Amino acid sequence: MTTLAPGIDEVRARTFPFPRRHFLSALDLNVVEANALLDLADTFVDLNRQTTKKLDLLKGRTLVNMFFENSTRTQASFELAGKRLGADTMNMSVKTSSVTKGETLIDTAVTLNAMRPDLLVVRHASSGAAALLAQKVGCSVINAGDGQHEHPTQALLDALSMRRAFGALAGLTVAICGDVMHSRVARSNVNLLGVLGAEVRLVGPPTLMPAGADRWGVKVFHDLEQGIAGADVVMMLRLQLERMQGALVPSTREYFRYWGLDREKLKAAADGVKVMHPGPMNRGVEIDSDVADDPAISLIQDQVEMGVAARMAVLAALSARLDNDR
Amino acid sequence: MSRARPFAFNNARLVDPETGYDGSGAVVVSGGVIADIARGRDFTDLSSDVRVIDCNGGMLAPGLVDLRVKTGEPGAETKETLRSAAQAAAAGGVTSIVVQPDTDPAVDDPSVVDFILRRAQDIESCHIHAAGAATKGLRGEQMAEIGLMRDAGARYITDVERPIIDSKVMRRILSYAASFGMALAHRPQDPWLSKGAAATEGEFASRLGLPSAPAASERIGLERDLALAELSGGRLLVDQITCGAALEALARAKGRGVNAVATASINHLSFNELDIGDYRTFARMDPPLRAEDDRQALIEALASGLVDIVVSAHAPAPAEDKRLPFDEATPGGVGLETLLPALLSLYHDGRLPLVDLMRTVTLAPARFLGLPTGRLASGAPADLVLCDLDAPVIIDADKLVSKSKNSPFDGRRLQGQVVMTVCGGVIVHRIAE
Repeated sequence: MTTLAPGIDEVRARTFPFPRRHFLSALDLNVVEANALLDLADTFVDLNRQTTKKLDLLKGRTLVNMFFENSTRTQASFELAGKRLGADTMNMSVKTSSVTKGETLIDTAVTLNAMRPDLLVVRHASSGAAALLAQKVGCSVINAGDGQHEHPTQALLDALSMRRAFGALAGLTVAICGDVMHSRVARSNVNLLGVLGAEVRLVGPPTLMPAGADRWGVKVFHDLEQGIAGADVVMMLRLQLERMQGALVPSTREYFRYWGLDREKLKAAADGVKVMHPGPMNRGVEIDSDVADDPAISLIQDQVEMGVAARMAVLAALSARLDNDR
Repeated sequence: MSRARPFAFNNARLVDPETGYDGSGAVVVSGGVIADIARGRDFTDLSSDVRVIDCNGGMLAPGLVDLRVKTGEPGAETKETLRSAAQAAAAGGVTSIVVQPDTDPAVDDPSVVDFILRRAQDIESCHIHAAGAATKGLRGEQMAEIGLMRDAGARYITDVERPIIDSKVMRRILSYAASFGMALAHRPQDPWLSKGAAATEGEFASRLGLPSAPAASERIGLERDLALAELSGGRLLVDQITCGAALEALARAKGRGVNAVATASINHLSFNELDIGDYRTFARMDPPLRAEDDRQALIEALASGLVDIVVSAHAPAPAEDKRLPFDEATPGGVGLETLLPALLSLYHDGRLPLVDLMRTVTLAPARFLGLPTGRLASGAPADLVLCDLDAPVIIDADKLVSKSKNSPFDGRRLQGQVVMTVCGGVIVHRIAE
């Protein structure tokens, strides 16, 4: 995109108050709001490509990253997003702190809340943890991944990547492939893509498919090539290597043979197919490097770039909401 | 609290599960027992020292008998003591409870049974009975002293919700306990399928991303338990059956004459998996709440008599154990005070006749325990509940008598107000005017 560098006025014009105080689930957005957020994110993509990337939209605001699970890229993405908008950002790696000393999640949150942050980004290994926190704190909570439930900003950045590649999401066929059962990325994408009018398919071995997924308004496939046949987007999910324990799949090589994406299997997809992956990738397990690194078909690097812009949009909208509430 | 003076309940709707009588009448209580009963009329020629209580047509029934109550005594008295549990019981019309052995230390030794029953002697608001552990430390390995615990007063044995995984151990316990006339209460589940589960597998739990186990886990566990009961000739109490598939297995086994009795918890009769809603930890139960079809099957089983007994599954947990992410929260809810009004929903909804419904919380559990209570008969213990069947109540967890407030019924609108509870001839609870 070759738009002129956006000024603060344009950003302000596009910024709208977020529909809720918290962003916990992709289901918090309707189609109008989701598209408005994507429009705003587009503006930030342009901004991020300038030499001077900094705005003062969130000046005076405090953003706290509270990560109970390790994550390099999501944490860095939120931190950068906050800084580019002029917020004071702080990272708390809670995994090594007081939570292990018997303090509960709520205690930690209440303590933190007393320091009056404006935006709290939370990642936690338990589903529903972000929602629980949101009930107990006065600031805006952004779910950066709760257990196997949701990771809504990931769905937003994925939608942004797809919209920029294809122009629109309505009518696209998106195949989400791999370990759907344990994937919060898959759940958020199913929810947001549904809102935005894309056709979603879930592909994976039956042991990694959640019970009742066929009632999520998607089509379920166990065969990769059938599942991606005619698809415009193939989104591969990370297979945690500990899934070999507990008889979910027998080995990485058997997994790659049947559910790993390589150029040969990708032929079943539509012409002009784009490949995505939320990262970090297990090369040779769920995706072949040959596909992942091909700039003609891979959106994987775009996803990382879009991540910062999408999160800036979310932060800006939530901040506008806080202004409104005040 | 009034003791010595006899009193009479006039103008009552008597509900007696033993004879099946459900009609107007009156009862005289004296010396801790039911002294006289009149059907279809009031007592009018009473001597002047008899205090007369007008029931205003409210239900007068035997006090409730609850087979499955947890307290925190000994070891976790901040959750619930024997006394606070007894007070909660009295407020709920429950006059006999069996406390579970998963305390700290566990009730796996006759001296701990003795400790509990001695403490209970000083508590008059409810008859407190104890269950003993089936295995030492509830570890499912070494048999506890079942005979000595029985002689100390234990009513049955159980490892509570911990399954006895080793089938050989379970077979031997069933067989050994039978020689002492002791039943084994056991939670049916496949320990591997259910490991780590916080919800019932299905579309809803998948959406919430909760670790879940299929309801079939219960059926698999139950089929084994029933086969072991059949093999050993032991007496099995199926602890909290919840799903249709398990009910079918129970019906088949009962048809073959297997000595098994099943309980249903009021939680599984009242809620389904959707009540988890937005990760409500107060609705986290063990076993987890099931699909609506299973709840309906459970109500049907209660109506047909396949399931005989309803329990409160009273499981106090302080706020810090509940205000956690769903999969980390302690399962269970307090239930002594809500058992009766929640159960009465099945009567108000026309699912069970009142007398049959009341039998599941009075006569049936009393008979299982070998207690003389649970009936309205001359000479029976004066354990009674007077209940205004139609009075609307809104459950407010903060107002519960129990030390812990983790009620899944918080905010629920129910019908049926306990007006008065009599335990051993003593009025132990009376609603504020």
